[in-house]
Amino acid sequence: MSEDKRRLRVSSNPHIRSHVTTSGIFFAVIVALLPAAGYGIYNFGPRAIAVILVTIASTVLTEFLFGLCRKKTTITDLSAVVTGLLLALNLPVELPLWMAALGGVFAILVAKLLFGGLGQNFMNPALAGRCFLLISFPKQMADFTTRGASFGTNGAFTWDAYTGATPLAALKAGESVNVMDMIVGRTGGCIGETSMIAIVLGACILLLLGIIDLRIPGSYIVSFVIFAGLFGGRGFDPAYLSAQLAGGGLMLGAFFMATDYVTRPITAKGQYLYGIFLGLMTGIFRFFGPGAEGVSYAIILGNLLVPLIDKVTKPTAFGYKRGGKSHEK
Amino acid sequence: MAKLTFVGGIHPYDGKDLSKDKPIREVLPKGEMVYPLSQHIGAPAQAVVSKGDRVLAGQKIAESGGFVSAAVYASVSGTVKAIEPRRVVSGDMVMSIVLDNDGLYEETQMGELKPLEEMTREEILTAIKEAGIVGMGGAGFPTHVKLSPKEPDKIEYVIANCAECEPYLTSDYRRMLEEPEKLIGGMKVILRLFDNARGILAVEDNKPDCIALLRQLTKDEKRISVKELQTKYPQGGERTLIYATTGRKINSTMLPADVGCVVNNVDTMVAVYRAVVEGKPLTERIVTLTGDAMKDPCNYRIRIGMSYEELLEAAGGYRVQPEKVICGGPMMGMALFDLKVPTTKTSTALLALSKDEVSAMEPGPCINCGRCVEVCPGRVIPSRLADYAEHFDEEKFLENDGMECCECGCCSFICPAKRPLTQEIKSMRKILLAKKKKK
Repeated sequence: MSEDKRRLRVSSNPHIRSHVTTSGIFFAVIVALLPAAGYGIYNFGPRAIAVILVTIASTVLTEFLFGLCRKKTTITDLSAVVTGLLLALNLPVELPLWMAALGGVFAILVAKLLFGGLGQNFMNPALAGRCFLLISFPKQMADFTTRGASFGTNGAFTWDAYTGATPLAALKAGESVNVMDMIVGRTGGCIGETSMIAIVLGACILLLLGIIDLRIPGSYIVSFVIFAGLFGGRGFDPAYLSAQLAGGGLMLGAFFMATDYVTRPITAKGQYLYGIFLGLMTGIFRFFGPGAEGVSYAIILGNLLVPLIDKVTKPTAFGYKRGGKSHEK
Repeated sequence: MAKLTFVGGIHPYDGKDLSKDKPIREVLPKGEMVYPLSQHIGAPAQAVVSKGDRVLAGQKIAESGGFVSAAVYASVSGTVKAIEPRRVVSGDMVMSIVLDNDGLYEETQMGELKPLEEMTREEILTAIKEAGIVGMGGAGFPTHVKLSPKEPDKIEYVIANCAECEPYLTSDYRRMLEEPEKLIGGMKVILRLFDNARGILAVEDNKPDCIALLRQLTKDEKRISVKELQTKYPQGGERTLIYATTGRKINSTMLPADVGCVVNNVDTMVAVYRAVVEGKPLTERIVTLTGDAMKDPCNYRIRIGMSYEELLEAAGGYRVQPEKVICGGPMMGMALFDLKVPTTKTSTALLALSKDEVSAMEPGPCINCGRCVEVCPGRVIPSRLADYAEHFDEEKFLENDGMECCECGCCSFICPAKRPLTQEIKSMRKILLAKKKKK
């Protein structure tokens, strides 16, 4: 054995580390998004695959090229894949592919890399990409006319044309919707947002792995339901509230975007506050705004409030009284 | 009954199976012995021997250099070879007394011993001080100082820290199994100092045999009880232990006595027993030699002052060449680059790991996941503190309770980005503490 090999390594304590890694976490998020993505492909047909692949390719390529310029590879942490996949799941299936790609570039380059890369972005990149597309191409982003699979009476599925309106838009117009269809996901909407079952299944994976907890999704959903009951116009009608929960991007937003580590508060107390804020804002956008949706803007607004929330929810160090520096017995 | 615990903490692989089932072995040093004059917190001890003197085992070779200081005793017989700076575990050069071990282990004659029942508080404290006892769990704070709070009658709990939450370490476990009466005896001595206190032996629930044994032995002791703690690191930290056992909280500016508590670890309590009841100074301790690179992991009763190198040889050496050797446990221990350093009163373990997982990991950017916040027993935000430390933002660091960090290492352990959070916070604290001292 060479002398060099025999030299002992010296570093500061602790000398052991947990086996959870950043890329491991993002890998788990990708896996957890697969049920929603899978259902989206099943529901909307092969074009959904194209949208998903193009968006992921654009985010990963942007990150890769930027890394080349800065001589630093960052794509191995898989965060760009997560951003791409999340963005794709938030796009309508008929969106022109170049727009999807543009959204991916914006998400990674403008919302993330220009602010310093992973961990430094103050806004969820996927949502920033989606909002950028919503503002730039409002017509295409609201085009939910598509062909997709649906079940016939005998249980076998056929490819059918959907009407343009999403269930939430129908609800807002005062029409009735089939809540069961919404929970399963047999409706129009963005690729990954229609199936509540698939999203919750994925969320369960993250919950079981301890990657997310229920603080944000729980307080978000509960506060939204209360708000919808009070101001939705139909009281606490279970069918109506279920439709509001299952409709739009609420489930995907609550479990996969509001829980984004980088852009949410770091303390438990702050996370509850943040969730409640998101619930209220989503309610305001949905019931008092011009559109039927509100999740994306609510979360983006919430992201902007995070530094403030972190500031007011600064934890009390062990052995001190809340708020003060006086000693505690 | 719910297991006693605290908020935060981690569950690392504990590695205790390697060494826990083997009885303690005795090892007698043959080579040169080195006694640093500073192996405790406080003023260095003053040498009372000079070069060429012959000393006996159990003879005082340095007396305490102030109130917060501790005497040092020879653990073997031999001749003083030199009094010179020697390298110690931390890498620093520390003035040390070097003995040429004559291999005879000739002991000094003991003076007359008074029975414990007849001793006054002052006599007990003097005996503890004279024996050179310091906190043997790692910090090395002189025990007689700890046991001399301003108002001894306000002490309500004397807590024996039997948690041994540090992974791989089993010396306290073996001590509790093999010499429980000495631990209980030490507790009784300390309870004599505090008339209004109750004694608590706080043991983690991964040592059910110790809990059962100690309960059995203390069943007739009205003032002593055994409490079961949840197994979790850092359950044996002073602040977390006081909270788990009594529900009281102290912060970095307070002493345990401020909430009526006194905490000592197992080995320290045994040393107190030996000093007061057997009249023996602190010259030996139990050290765990373990790790996957160690040939024969086991606990050894050593003479303080022998070198780690000699101890390792006596234990059969390595099984495979280790990448990292740690003095102490993997969470709070210090990595060694050279084993030619002396064991001291605070040496708990020698841990040899065949793989150094830390150096294989590349730190990445913080993703704000909040895991460090969840595990931090100090209830601060380690990721932010590390940022402030990195940018040397003193104001923000203090404002966000950086000084409340107890350096337990949970944040670094849990961080998925593998950032050296503890290291950064620790360095900043060190600088700020030094600055405060200067003022």
